[in-house]
Amino acid sequence: MNTELLLQLTVNGLIVGLLYGVIAMCFVLIYKSTQVVNFAQGEFLLIGAWVCWGTLVWLDLPFYIGFLLTLGFMTLFGILIQAVFLRPMIGEPIISVIMITIGLSMFFQSLMKWIFGVSAESYPQVFETSVVNIAGLNIELAYILSLIFSVVMMAGFYWFFKHSRMGLAMRATAFDQQVASSLGISVSKVFAASWAISAMVSATAGIVIGMVNGVSSALSFIGIKVFPAVILGGLDSIVGGVVGGVIIGLLENLAEFIDSQYLHIGNLYTIAPFYILLIILTIKPYGLFGTRDIERI
Amino acid sequence: MITLSMRPCGDFRTSYKADNQIFETKTIRWLTMASIGLLCFAPMVLDAYFLTLFIQISYLGIAALGLNILVGFTGQISLGHGAFFGFGAFASAWLNNSFGIPVWLAIPLAGWLTMVVGMLFGSPAARIKGLYLAIATLAAQFIIEDFFARAEWFSGGAYGAAAEPFTLFGFAFDSDESFFYVALFALVFMTLWATNLMRSRDGRAFVAVRDHYLSAEIMGISLNWYRLLSFGVSSFFAGIGGALYGHYLGFVSAEGFTLMMSVQFLAMIIIGGLGSVKGAILGTIFIVLLPEVLESTVALMAETGLVSHGSLTEGMAYLKEMAIGLVIILFLIFEPQGLAHRWKQIKAYWKFYPFAY
Repeated sequence: MNTELLLQLTVNGLIVGLLYGVIAMCFVLIYKSTQVVNFAQGEFLLIGAWVCWGTLVWLDLPFYIGFLLTLGFMTLFGILIQAVFLRPMIGEPIISVIMITIGLSMFFQSLMKWIFGVSAESYPQVFETSVVNIAGLNIELAYILSLIFSVVMMAGFYWFFKHSRMGLAMRATAFDQQVASSLGISVSKVFAASWAISAMVSATAGIVIGMVNGVSSALSFIGIKVFPAVILGGLDSIVGGVVGGVIIGLLENLAEFIDSQYLHIGNLYTIAPFYILLIILTIKPYGLFGTRDIERI
Repeated sequence: MITLSMRPCGDFRTSYKADNQIFETKTIRWLTMASIGLLCFAPMVLDAYFLTLFIQISYLGIAALGLNILVGFTGQISLGHGAFFGFGAFASAWLNNSFGIPVWLAIPLAGWLTMVVGMLFGSPAARIKGLYLAIATLAAQFIIEDFFARAEWFSGGAYGAAAEPFTLFGFAFDSDESFFYVALFALVFMTLWATNLMRSRDGRAFVAVRDHYLSAEIMGISLNWYRLLSFGVSSFFAGIGGALYGHYLGFVSAEGFTLMMSVQFLAMIIIGGLGSVKGAILGTIFIVLLPEVLESTVALMAETGLVSHGSLTEGMAYLKEMAIGLVIILFLIFEPQGLAHRWKQIKAYWKFYPFAY
């Protein structure tokens, strides 16, 4: 048994898993407050990463300005998507809502391919990339940055939902829209805000991943990989999203380890989360932390 | 949300028999038969391009019909239909190549094999529904796609599988002109099958499960069985469509059956109209013709110099995908009941002119 490889993969899994956790959090945020399953979450990452890349490479701006511009753009973008496409879908059957986000995902994915091309592009050197040696393991600095990013984002979310006015309004809306609205919370504002925040944070995650691996249309696949994570954690639990993300990240790398050491099937890395997904759905459909739907006639 | 059939005001049915007719009026029956008869002469008149389009419409249309039984009639969601379509294509080629089963028998057998696989992956549907089911079928899509790439004994792995042409009584239907008849027969047969299914006890049970599953269960309809059955039937249709596709092209490769294809099938039934047999066919025609129309429009624009030649034609592949995405969105917002509904409104308009209704 190759202990060193196992350790390396575990660390990788933890870092990737935390990133999945951040994206899962964004996904859950939208689902919880607006009851929309966002199949276009991966495109938020993709668009954010490409727009930031565009400001850095095409416009030649320094990183922090480009980054802020991207955040501003994504906020507007999220609000716009919600107001134009999702608002007419309130009260429509679930298949319509799913299909409209799939339509959006298809549209933006090919738009990005058209504008920026299909080949992967690497980010200009923003931070010094070097390899740090921690306890005998070689870890890229970028990975540590992404780890810090994930933790900061999670802490930010925690603070936001526990202590900020908008966060409390969001939780109230998620709990009961009519009661929230009668207490003076503007539900449409909450909807817009949750899309904006989700788009913004996803875009940041996209930029972080882009810095490590380069930007390409493969980024949008992460939006699909988040599904096992959110289902494992429970669709409407933010904590669940984080836990699910970490577990899926770890399991994915464990599958890679087993595959490379013993089975030699190849490709188990990408497919293992979906097997896990099917198993969870048959055993425990509402996940670890999700609330069980109780239907009343 | 979706009514089984919308009739204009004043059009009453007085008996169950009248309500259960395949064709609503005599005129429609004769017109349908006449147009099928006319289509039989199409290979002599039309050139290969249109025949190819028709064949494409028929094998995709059969699969879309199946998906409409699942989504439109039973109210389940499947994001894995493209994978089932592919499974049918591989299964038919595999049965033919490995066991020497003649193609005309391999196609329905492939349909049944796909049905078994569909029911296997549809089995979580007994416990979950709506969104969770959508995600479960998404997983099925990726798992089956991975299986295609891996199982060399079944699909030929990365090389793909060769499929023999359709042969009957020693005559090989290997040209566009001859395969046209196979496609036409299959389309008419499967459309009839779907229509008849919806007139039967099982079909009405599907609709009951969709409209109010608790009431359906109280009335003695076994929810688990009918949800599973509808998965099976839909996969059967997908398998037949896929098998036809394989034997038409003569070669099946593992790359084509992606999530994108599943989304296209969903787009077909949404654009055509959920819960309508006619709608599935209309939607398929729309989705097949959309890229063609787009391409010729861009070619025309490039010729007249409206757009510079390079930019649009280079991005054609992306433009097509974007158009499909956009069309899904626009239909969902502006015409959620699809083309079938629009068609009925046009008919009602002519029927009742000059009165509104």
